[in-house]
Amino acid sequence: MEKAIFKRPESLYETPFHYCPGCGHGIIHRLIAEVIDEFGIRERTIGTAPVGCAVLNYDYFNFDVCECAHGRTPAVATGIKRVRPKSVVFSYQGDGDLAAIGIAEIIHTALRSERITAIFVNNCVYGMTGGQMAPTTLLNQKTQTTPFGRDPKKAGFPLRVCELLATLDGATYIARTALNNPKNVLKTRESIKKAFLTQIEDVGFSLVEILSPCPVNWKLSPVDSIKWMKERMIPYFPLGEFKTPFAK
Amino acid sequence: MKGNEAIGEAAIRAGCRYYFGYPITPQNELTAYMSKRMEEVGGVFIQAESELAAINMVYGASAAGGRAMTSSSSPGISLKQEGISYMVGAELPGVVVNICRGGPGLGNIAPSQSDYFQATRGGGHGDYYTIVLSPSSVQESADLVFLAFYLADKYRNPVIILGDGFLGQMLEPVEFKNPAFGRLPRKRWALTGAKERPPNVIRSLYLKEGVLEKRNWELSKKYERMKKEVRYEGIYLDDAEFIVVAYGICARISKASVLLLRAHGLKVGLIRPITLWPFPSGVIKEVRDKIKRFFVIEMNLGQMVEDVKLAVEGRTSVSFYGRPGGGVPTPEEIYKVIKDGKGYF
Repeated sequence: MEKAIFKRPESLYETPFHYCPGCGHGIIHRLIAEVIDEFGIRERTIGTAPVGCAVLNYDYFNFDVCECAHGRTPAVATGIKRVRPKSVVFSYQGDGDLAAIGIAEIIHTALRSERITAIFVNNCVYGMTGGQMAPTTLLNQKTQTTPFGRDPKKAGFPLRVCELLATLDGATYIARTALNNPKNVLKTRESIKKAFLTQIEDVGFSLVEILSPCPVNWKLSPVDSIKWMKERMIPYFPLGEFKTPFAK
Repeated sequence: MKGNEAIGEAAIRAGCRYYFGYPITPQNELTAYMSKRMEEVGGVFIQAESELAAINMVYGASAAGGRAMTSSSSPGISLKQEGISYMVGAELPGVVVNICRGGPGLGNIAPSQSDYFQATRGGGHGDYYTIVLSPSSVQESADLVFLAFYLADKYRNPVIILGDGFLGQMLEPVEFKNPAFGRLPRKRWALTGAKERPPNVIRSLYLKEGVLEKRNWELSKKYERMKKEVRYEGIYLDDAEFIVVAYGICARISKASVLLLRAHGLKVGLIRPITLWPFPSGVIKEVRDKIKRFFVIEMNLGQMVEDVKLAVEGRTSVSFYGRPGGGVPTPEEIYKVIKDGKGYF
């Protein structure tokens, strides 16, 4: 008898993604959908759509979604979760959203240990607006607004969000993963699972930072982007669990 | 009871169980009151990290189907405009209280009516309106909170209560009358989890060509329906030769002036808009041809006077007297302005 061992998760619609070639959003959407299916929580999940490339994620996610203003996603998620404590609420945010305009919201949401999960997509660049410097843009990295490369004297240093949040008492599960190879994709899935579990078990606030490629705005081929992640991104943004309520 | 606390108690009795605040004078008693009362009624109180976060918590709570509220004062309300615009765009109900103080900038903490334009012209970016309720006593502050929650749910639109530092701080007796309003539709649009129904999406983004234009036309029909909610108080309009138009605490002060003027034989009436948007243009139009002059009294440089002039359409004279930057006129001051015809433009 034939047995399906790989299929589209129920938490995703049968629609092709609109994302650029080599973009990581599609993989991350799928991983989230798989985890939601695995926990059997699709009917009580409420996601968020951030300002940025993933704003149309509700075209793909087959569950309730709330579109949010830029950076305010954790505040909106807080409001949702406080009304529906039995729901599973996650914020989906890019690096501009979470680490620049919304840095206050994410810090205080973590400090309150809101029972939400933040999925933080770090691709070192503002994607949808055409490739401007993000708070996570690496030193010397060229972007539309750092045409000579990011100079710390003029444009400051990149922000390591996980390390920052790990200093907060309310932050319960904090991990950084990457999408640069299949092994790390599976690790990302594992971290998303733990992050959701932290919420489901009412333990505290959880965040997974996912290093994700943006070939179009990096002006690299998808293959070179993967190489760039390994050689440039991961050394500056080390992978691993910074805080966890689970036994290692 | 203090005005700020009466607003809080009325909100609780109106079924509000989600309050998100941020400290700012002169509305702090309201935030403090909610921190205590929400605990007692099993509701949610969060002191947010900013006004931006507070209004976005209201946005989230409302999206999830909760009756939610925030309050602030002028500089904080400027920050909340982002969220108010998003709430209108996503058609989310909610109540926002502005205990207005002097501006611009940090201004001062004295009572003011300087946010009239901001409140009645949408306030944030985009092309929209919110209902704006203007109380003139502690009792009316409480009454209008009940109405605000009802109207917000009825129209799926935020409602603004525009008070001022005076109303927030003054002590008056208050009775909480929970009025019976009409039945409200079920919030089928709310985010509750997609169980036995297709997913709900709360959004204000419409990228495809022509879609947003169509949507804004639809919303404009709603604003037209909202215009039916116009409310005002009229005093001595039947035989008036002069009519004072004032709102909020300024109307309360003006009322004393009107009584004083009547006692001295001047036929003066008063129109007190209770809804600043929709503006009671109808009553202005009814009386404009019968009277010699409107006197618009505001605690600002002249904002509502523009709405009065729009309703008068040049058919009679309109004079304005204002006290900006936290100045509060006395009844004698307004009396003189009208009696002597001096001090206004």
